Amino acid sequence: MLRDRRQEWLTALVLVGPFVLIYGGLFVWPTIQMVMLSFTKAPLIGSGDWVGIDNYLKILSHKLFHSAFWNTAYFVLLTVIPNTMVSLLIAMAVNRLNGWVQGFVLACFFLPYILPVSVVFLAWNWIIDVQYGLAQVFVRPFNGGEPMSLTRTIPAFMPTVAFVTVWWTMGFNILLFIAGLRNVSPEIYEAAQLDSAGRWRQFTRITWPLIWPVTALVLTIQLIAQLKIFDQVYLFSIGGRQDATITLVQYVYKLAFQQNKGGEAATASVLLFGMIVILSVLQYQVLRVRGDK
Amino acid sequence: MTAEALPRSQAVATGSRRDRPLDLIGIVLTALTLLVALASFFPIYWAIITSVKPDGEVISGSNSLWPGRFVFDSYIHIWNNTNIATWYVNSFVTSIVITALVIVSSAGCAYALSQLDFPGRRIIYVLILACFMVPMQALIVNHFVLMAQFKLLNTWAGIILPQLIVPVVIIVYKQFFDSVPKEFREAAQMDSAGHFKILFRIYLPMNWGVTAALAIITFIGAWNSFLWPFLAATGEATMTVPVGITQVKDAYGIVYGKLMASAVVAGLPVAIVYLIFQRRVTQAIMLSAGVKG
Repeated sequence: MLRDRRQEWLTALVLVGPFVLIYGGLFVWPTIQMVMLSFTKAPLIGSGDWVGIDNYLKILSHKLFHSAFWNTAYFVLLTVIPNTMVSLLIAMAVNRLNGWVQGFVLACFFLPYILPVSVVFLAWNWIIDVQYGLAQVFVRPFNGGEPMSLTRTIPAFMPTVAFVTVWWTMGFNILLFIAGLRNVSPEIYEAAQLDSAGRWRQFTRITWPLIWPVTALVLTIQLIAQLKIFDQVYLFSIGGRQDATITLVQYVYKLAFQQNKGGEAATASVLLFGMIVILSVLQYQVLRVRGDK
Repeated sequence: MTAEALPRSQAVATGSRRDRPLDLIGIVLTALTLLVALASFFPIYWAIITSVKPDGEVISGSNSLWPGRFVFDSYIHIWNNTNIATWYVNSFVTSIVITALVIVSSAGCAYALSQLDFPGRRIIYVLILACFMVPMQALIVNHFVLMAQFKLLNTWAGIILPQLIVPVVIIVYKQFFDSVPKEFREAAQMDSAGHFKILFRIYLPMNWGVTAALAIITFIGAWNSFLWPFLAATGEATMTVPVGITQVKDAYGIVYGKLMASAVVAGLPVAIVYLIFQRRVTQAIMLSAGVKG
């Protein structure tokens, strides 16, 4: 019996071993290192003096950190809610179709989501190109008949990147919403039709309340994903005034890889880390509430 | 039964007669959905079409939706003038290795968590949950330092290692292993089969579909990942496709046909994987978001 138990532990050790190595070496260890580094004045590679909380005080009063924070918040605002609303709308539209038409339409909406970010960037950068871009047809009337660079004009930058992001990622949300809509029993709608409730009333009284858990899930997933934004914003801002459109991860990138300030970059990472952990705990609560139902 | 069914079928009949004018709305809605779906697909279509137009036609401003003449000069150009073949090899090797390691280590770990009793189970569980909440973007600085210490920057191993952290795969596997009836394991143990045999002969084959879904989505994720390969591979010889195609713009001059050709080539593998395994991709996304689909 004792031998059996030891055998079981040994088996477990072998099975869990790779996981422990990977997560210990590439998650726990770098996390500890990050916190340690954030209290030093070290370059990216190499060690530096212990400076206590100096880095934190410095970063928190750094103007660029403030713009990174507000730019990220602005980006979250521009993507999360529009994305969720558009996705729900499209999911309802797709859900009433059948057969191959539904499959085709769903594939059209979902295909962008599985593409690499750089493909999305290249395709859209071409569409919005100042000289030859197709989108200039729609831009010109708003700019006195003149073409305008949507990524070099600072006020247009975030909305443009947010629009592209919504186009790119809504396929994921649409899938979740369709799964949610399929769980709503059709009998409820039949009953509503008997009571001659119109489409709008059916939506506000049945669909919206019943789909709310999925909506909450989509909102929180989006929120956390967009806080970590880097790729698109970085790619579209290459060659432009990057500081004006900087986001939090980009701020970390700039400190670490462009200014060689390892310590301060780690500090900024810890702050980003903190924000996302708090939001993730909230998300976890939302998911648990869903699980209980 | 009949007494109940009768008024109901009558109601449905009158309902459908009253619904007849609504069917027009239905047709309009379907047409509108199709139109929006095509519009959503358009940027991808436009990238493909641009890549097969002659250079002169691309910047002629005619913006024709169908090329006057199909030419593959852009593809030949990027093949001859960039390292795209090398990037392809890098992308395939790193993505496949990441997928294989993630699947094997996660399945083993999930089996141990699900079926074995051993000290340290709780710690591992907490670690996985913690990993869920921590953004990998916050760890870029210390991943970079770690990889530099081991001289792994600009190597396949350096690109692969930090991407092995995909906690959701363990969670999904554990859910599925938990739901395998215990009788299977007990029967196998009667025949004195070891845990490895049980895992590889019973648990994994029984959950073959889940493995396929998880492997496909891990592969797509690894192929598409941008930020880490962008930091870890700075030399053209070690870049992955999504990073490479954004870095060599200057080598082309500004010629959109070539950029679109590189975008098409970069997106092709994941697009093919998606179109072949559509249902598996959908299933994997539902599973990873915690929605049973």
